[in-house]
Amino acid sequence: MNEFIRELWDFLRVRKKLWLAPLLVLMVAIGGLLILAQGSVIAPFIYTLF
Amino acid sequence: MNILGLSAYYHDSAACLLRDGEIIAAAQEERFTRKKHDARFPANAIHYCLQAGRIDATEIHHIVFYDKPFVKFERLLETYLAFAPRGFVSFSKSMPVWLKDKLFQKATIASELKAALCQEVDWSARLLFSEHHLSHAASAFYASPFEDAAVLTMDGVGEWTTTSVAIGTGSDLSLLKEIHFPHSLGLLYSAFTYYTGFKVNSGEYKLMGLAPYGEPRYVGLIRDHLIDIKDDGSFHLNLEYFDYCTGLTMTNGSFDALFKGQARRPEGRLTQREMDLAASIQVVTEEVVLKLAKSIRDTTGQSNLCLAGGVALNCVANGKLLRSRIFDQIWIQPAAGDAGGALGAALSAHHLMLKKRRKPSNKDHMQGAYLGPEFSQQEIEARLSRIGARFSSLSEAALIEEVVRSLIEGKAVGWHQGRMEFGPRALGARSIIADARSPTVQKTLNLKVKFRESFRPFAPSVLREDVSEWFDLDSDSPYMLLVANVRADKQMAMTLEQRQMFGIDKLNVQRSAVPAITHVDYSARVQTVHRDTNPKYHRLISRFKELTGCPVIVNTSFNVRGEPVVCTPEDAFRCFMGTGIEVLAIGDCFLSKQRQDPTLATDYTNAYELD
Repeated sequence: MNEFIRELWDFLRVRKKLWLAPLLVLMVAIGGLLILAQGSVIAPFIYTLF
Repeated sequence: MNILGLSAYYHDSAACLLRDGEIIAAAQEERFTRKKHDARFPANAIHYCLQAGRIDATEIHHIVFYDKPFVKFERLLETYLAFAPRGFVSFSKSMPVWLKDKLFQKATIASELKAALCQEVDWSARLLFSEHHLSHAASAFYASPFEDAAVLTMDGVGEWTTTSVAIGTGSDLSLLKEIHFPHSLGLLYSAFTYYTGFKVNSGEYKLMGLAPYGEPRYVGLIRDHLIDIKDDGSFHLNLEYFDYCTGLTMTNGSFDALFKGQARRPEGRLTQREMDLAASIQVVTEEVVLKLAKSIRDTTGQSNLCLAGGVALNCVANGKLLRSRIFDQIWIQPAAGDAGGALGAALSAHHLMLKKRRKPSNKDHMQGAYLGPEFSQQEIEARLSRIGARFSSLSEAALIEEVVRSLIEGKAVGWHQGRMEFGPRALGARSIIADARSPTVQKTLNLKVKFRESFRPFAPSVLREDVSEWFDLDSDSPYMLLVANVRADKQMAMTLEQRQMFGIDKLNVQRSAVPAITHVDYSARVQTVHRDTNPKYHRLISRFKELTGCPVIVNTSFNVRGEPVVCTPEDAFRCFMGTGIEVLAIGDCFLSKQRQDPTLATDYTNAYELD
């Protein structure tokens, strides 16, 4: 997990997208709640976004 | 140096093995798992590639994935942010998938490799990522016969890019410009695929096949409301009419209101309206492609063009592009969709990341796209015996005689020979073939063999040396990616009454000397057959020509609707026994339906989910 966070941080830095970091934390929180609420995870069919 | 290219997790998973820049093997996972467009990790395709390359897993130096998940996630977040709070439903469905799974793709791929191949190797250290459109561009340029070329890639969307223009020179490939999501020609075409009741990602072909039945009466509406096309071919979509940024469908209520009706229900009745919509979006697509090509030619001065990405599978647009003579030569990657991304990822790593030189060649590097599994005669016989098939092993000459005789008798023949094709088209290795001169073949093949919609046209295989005598085409089209008209002297004029027919009624009118492959507008999706890439198929058609005077046969993929193209002799036998195919040739084994044990037939009509 540490390696993943480091890679994600490097990615945001190189792409000059550090402003996305707080949003990412917020989305992880909301997404986490959604996962807890849903139980199972099924990808919807439209491939463009998913 | 062995490089393994992978595409997976969205649609059409595939693997490709590159050795010192040479393509050793490539295959789509669906062919092994028998699940169409299978998106799962391509473990079977990888195993096949290693087997074909006679290497074990530890000898793979690099694994290259065909797109960059972090950049894709960045696009997702920024899109939701831009449209918030409108996209909450879509967000609530996609975020859990990403947070649980897709965001950790590097770890997922490494652990899949560990499970499928070898526990001891640190796969993460060997894993590289290539951008989606760079993978497409690399698959088009490095596999092409050109030393220098402009490269145009167009698809739904990769990470951000939906259209890209690059220049390839020797071993270099540099990006010139891009169009970004949500403005996408591929997604516009898919929106119409959805609206006309076909499945996004597989029904685009059907929409293209439907277009000649219609009149392009909606072109003005599309240009005025949906897409703003600039003179240089760049474009801007009006997102007011589309739902794909925030919702779970392609189009929305405004789109319905614009075209005065709701989307057709899947499998509902096809009307003239859907045909007119298909004709209209085809015209708009061609306009964008031609304008883009013109501006690329003007700004780069290049005389060669390479194409890849899903939109490059629109062979009607490709044919128009060729005939426009904007470029002297065009070359289209046969696996232009995401499966080909596996090949492009490996090629881009080899030339761009590892800086290896490209070997010059005046032929393309795809080996006719025959890059998949093959079976020796001994193996075929053993496999057929094991499943109870009754067959005769013949000499090649005798087999060809039997097959040609069956074709002339009007039979549908299963033709399973040599290495399987890579890419969506069957090119005479896993094909169903028939006599193109027969006026009943199109209907019979569609309804009794392929179990698919009766409006869909079939494509011809023609000897390369004879192509210009039968079609308005005088260039190679080995991958069935160019549409050209049947030559005027082979066409049959329609009566006034026949000309006034609408839609599918036109299908029953005999329009040429080869009606089975002549579409209602006299066009055909041509495959030229070359002696050097598929000698046995070439000999077959040559013999057919000797006996009939016609060097053209029908070639359609060896499968039924919704089924992946057959891979093994067992797949071929199953399809043969479950459909109206009357004769089967696998290697030099000849099988006729009459000789088979009828209890081996399975009900095939509903065996696969409709595509």
